[in-house]
Amino acid sequence: MANLALKSFKGIPLVVTLIWIAACASALHFLDKSVIAFLGILTSIVLIYYTNTSKLIKLVIGAAVLIIIIPLVAGENRYYMEVASQVGIYVAMALGLNIVVGFAGLLDLGYVAFFAAGAYAYAIFSTSQANEFIAGNLFPLSGDWFWPFLIVGLIVAAIFGVLLGLPVLRVKGDYLAIVTLGFGEIIRIVFNNLDKPINITNGPQGITPIPAPELFGIKMGTPFYFYFIVLFVIAFIVLANIRFEHSRLGRAWVAIREDELAAQSMGISLLNTKLAAFATGASFAGVVGVIFAAKQTFIDPTSFTLMESIGILVMVILGGSGSIPGVILGAAFVTLLQVQLLKEFSNFLHSLQQSGMINLPNQLDPSKFQRLIFGIMLIFVALYRPNGLIPAKRKTNDIDAIKASPFGRGKLGILSKLSQSSSGKQS
Amino acid sequence: MALLEAVGLTKKFGGLVANQDVTLKIDKGSITAVIGPNGAGKTTFFNMITGFYEPNEGEILLNGKSIKGLRPDQIASRGITRTFQNIRLFKQMTALENVMVGVHSRLSAGIMGILFNTKRVREEEEKARVEAYQLMEYVGIAHIANEAAGSLPYGLQRRLEIARALATNPQIILLDEPAAGMNPRETVEMTEFIRLLKKELDLTIILIEHDMKLVMGLSEYIHVLDYGRKIAEGSPEQIRNNPSVIEAYLGKSASEVS
Repeated sequence: MANLALKSFKGIPLVVTLIWIAACASALHFLDKSVIAFLGILTSIVLIYYTNTSKLIKLVIGAAVLIIIIPLVAGENRYYMEVASQVGIYVAMALGLNIVVGFAGLLDLGYVAFFAAGAYAYAIFSTSQANEFIAGNLFPLSGDWFWPFLIVGLIVAAIFGVLLGLPVLRVKGDYLAIVTLGFGEIIRIVFNNLDKPINITNGPQGITPIPAPELFGIKMGTPFYFYFIVLFVIAFIVLANIRFEHSRLGRAWVAIREDELAAQSMGISLLNTKLAAFATGASFAGVVGVIFAAKQTFIDPTSFTLMESIGILVMVILGGSGSIPGVILGAAFVTLLQVQLLKEFSNFLHSLQQSGMINLPNQLDPSKFQRLIFGIMLIFVALYRPNGLIPAKRKTNDIDAIKASPFGRGKLGILSKLSQSSSGKQS
Repeated sequence: MALLEAVGLTKKFGGLVANQDVTLKIDKGSITAVIGPNGAGKTTFFNMITGFYEPNEGEILLNGKSIKGLRPDQIASRGITRTFQNIRLFKQMTALENVMVGVHSRLSAGIMGILFNTKRVREEEEKARVEAYQLMEYVGIAHIANEAAGSLPYGLQRRLEIARALATNPQIILLDEPAAGMNPRETVEMTEFIRLLKKELDLTIILIEHDMKLVMGLSEYIHVLDYGRKIAEGSPEQIRNNPSVIEAYLGKSASEVS
């Protein structure tokens, strides 16, 4: 029954989506600090995805909501922009991990190590920390260096990915998960202890103050600016994801995920292809790491624990492993739950308690049940939507376009032998 | 000169000798069958030729050059391809994409090219798509190009696997039980199809098969393995009357009776 209803469901009418956006936007603008309206406007992205209209219109409305409407109605509110950019950071990371776990099927439990690599790359060189081991008192660098460091972070993390991948990718499946978990922890502990004999990372004290990005003399230290930086990076990562998914490399990744033996006998080099997945996923985390460091202005090894890796993996699996819209939704959902919903809910309960309506023992504070709630959510997803909230599906090819292609005039590949040996025989 | 030569191939798994001193030659453009009772080491032999197992002893020569010790993907790009006994398709991908994976090693798009979606990459992709579609037409399954490979009926999956193997542009194709699980009519179709592959595409075909009607009707030359050793070789006629082959299949008394 449910399936039948889903099949006849063609999408939400465009009008409904537009009304929803308008209603939430005006509610957010006129009512002060209404969390529900803010969530509503974020939800509108999901609505747009399911709206029954052409891709271009969806893209335009989506971009309008993200680039114009949200900054316009929530821009002055530091808290909303903070939440939105935090959501963005996790979306970007989850999209990176999606390449490794979703496309190539390599269960990586140490993903946060690459994030740390990017973050530390910017943190060390943008503060006076680098003077500890590079002579000449050249540091700290100014915030203008943030932009080139986005590329540096990308490259550093990609190198980390290859170096880590070389030994690690010899094992597969559960073993790979354990080994990557180990490597992720090793990297964190190395950063924790690299304050002696040469002080590179400043150890557990962390590095501060990391300068905010600067462009043409404008300091971009507020969440408002970070929101746009994150948005820009997400746009790049989504584009990269889409291009990779249906490319030679993306097919090789999925082929390896589906069947390593068959993939090899089709001429796919396991090591090279897996390394490419590792390095690509890592490089995205590296970029996000640079942004994270600049946004927090302070980093220390405790930001890069195993729990972070698991959290990002949960986003990917919950949203739909290998599905780009799914992973975005999963990351947004989990992050909002973490930073906003649970917090708001416990604030609400606290206010009830203060007014004496209920008596809530401290141990029952909902924000302390994050892990439990994640666990329950995952169980339900595993039971009822085993492929995630928006399952991955392969793009179907336009057969008519293939038939019309100019390349189709002659026989290609091995079939070119047909026209040589038996011309005219084939109809 | 033989196209493919195996010289004294031996493969041991611990104490079990799966292949012992197997030597055989495959001529270009021939259809050769490797037969033998269950557990005779036929698939092990295929796995050594395609690089999945490295032989403990012996040598594998393709056009007179050693391919021993190469990885499976390197061997595939040298023109030896295979299908599997238990079909191994990329189930979640569409049928067309499965065939496009076969074109992989002849494409050159790198990370940067894909990221910037260069003209060369776009053309290469389009060409690969067209080639994959032509192969599906050739194999007779173009109508299911956009369906998930895992959801196809068995017979079509077999054909798809062959189309995928052809996409690597091979000289030699190794078919591991191509007619397993097929009904008599489908088996006849498969026999015709393999013959067509040889004739039209100039392929050298090596096959493992239990269906003796198919083997005897199709192959020009037969090698028989038993307990990892080669016990006989010859034309179908010779093999049919070879006492040690009958003994391997039916037991000693049977060969005495006949």
